[in-house]
Amino acid sequence: MSETTGALSARIFTLLAQLPDPEIPVISLVDLGIVREVRDGPPPVVVITPTYSGCPASLVISRQIRAALDADGLTGVTVQTELSPAWSTDWMSDAGRDKLRAYGIAPPETAAGRRARQDQEAARCPQCGSGRTAEISRFGSTPCKALWRCLDCAEPFDRFKCI
Amino acid sequence: MQNGLALRLGDDALILSHRLSEWCGHAPTLELDLALTNIGLDLLGQAQFFLNLAGQAEGQGRDADALAYRRTEDAFCNCLLVEQPNGDFARTIARQFLFSTWQELLFQQLQGSPDETLAAIAAKALKEVTYHAGFASDWVVRLGDGTPESHRRMADGLEFLWRFTDELFEGDFASLRPAWDARVDAVLREAGLARPKPVRALTGGRNGRHSEHLGHLLAQMQYLPRAFPDAVW
Repeated sequence: MSETTGALSARIFTLLAQLPDPEIPVISLVDLGIVREVRDGPPPVVVITPTYSGCPASLVISRQIRAALDADGLTGVTVQTELSPAWSTDWMSDAGRDKLRAYGIAPPETAAGRRARQDQEAARCPQCGSGRTAEISRFGSTPCKALWRCLDCAEPFDRFKCI
Repeated sequence: MQNGLALRLGDDALILSHRLSEWCGHAPTLELDLALTNIGLDLLGQAQFFLNLAGQAEGQGRDADALAYRRTEDAFCNCLLVEQPNGDFARTIARQFLFSTWQELLFQQLQGSPDETLAAIAAKALKEVTYHAGFASDWVVRLGDGTPESHRRMADGLEFLWRFTDELFEGDFASLRPAWDARVDAVLREAGLARPKPVRALTGGRNGRHSEHLGHLLAQMQYLPRAFPDAVW
């Protein structure tokens, strides 16, 4: 690597910000907070973290990153998965939240108190913006989402679970 | 000891994950089908982390796949609770409730473990397990406080599985008992369900002595890798 480490890190983040999440392609792996950091080497390391322990997209994601690095001539950069600290939806970028909302998925809130099941606040409907919504199911089409519906416009929608 | 712990936790997660996968396409509603298989998926991921750790500690080159697919039932050390057949939906919920409540308390403790890898897995899994315990608790209340039939089925499920709960608190897990009792009692109270009467406990899973059900489960789970060793996609 001829670049300074700061420049390399910026280059890698720019590169990976173009990679869509395999299951929610409207946001990138960087938006989602899966790409945790780029460590100086040698060799330089891209540190990634899974959203959920059993997320079936994890393997695809690490392969996507490997392929993108290779295609950009960064074959010497390694990709490493780390669990700690555990991924949190708090790491999702504001840009990522906006993209989710525009796509029809209620983004995760950042807040305390969400772990107690009674304290789960109502989601805001991504279609009409109403706060009168109800949970249909705690589990949705992917591990990271729950199924909700709007009591005003009656549309069902996915809600990103806060963890 | 550490190896034993990772192996126990990995086997618990793996076997329950497989049981939950059996619901795929069979749950009462589509939402529940998704819920049960999602929980199974989380557990499968946890199993992979724990079993890889157990394999590393063992130092004989076995990874999670080798441990999952190439051991016979007497080498598994999961608790008997997780290998019990699904029964009806209420029994599956009862099993999940009893187990996830225990797992949540255990992982709260383990996230402070001096073993960094174990602590990281526990902290990660805790977020998922908290969700599982909440889901199962909600359904215990919904079924217990529902129709006479749902109440009866929920009570039956709890009564049948109660004999496997003492095993959860064997050895180094004994300290979890008071908190587990309190949590379980609170949910049962909300559900209008009586705590099952004490019964003679069935144990032995941690030492490889299993019910007849585990062998059948493994026969299905291990068929492909045993028939075609080292097959890849």
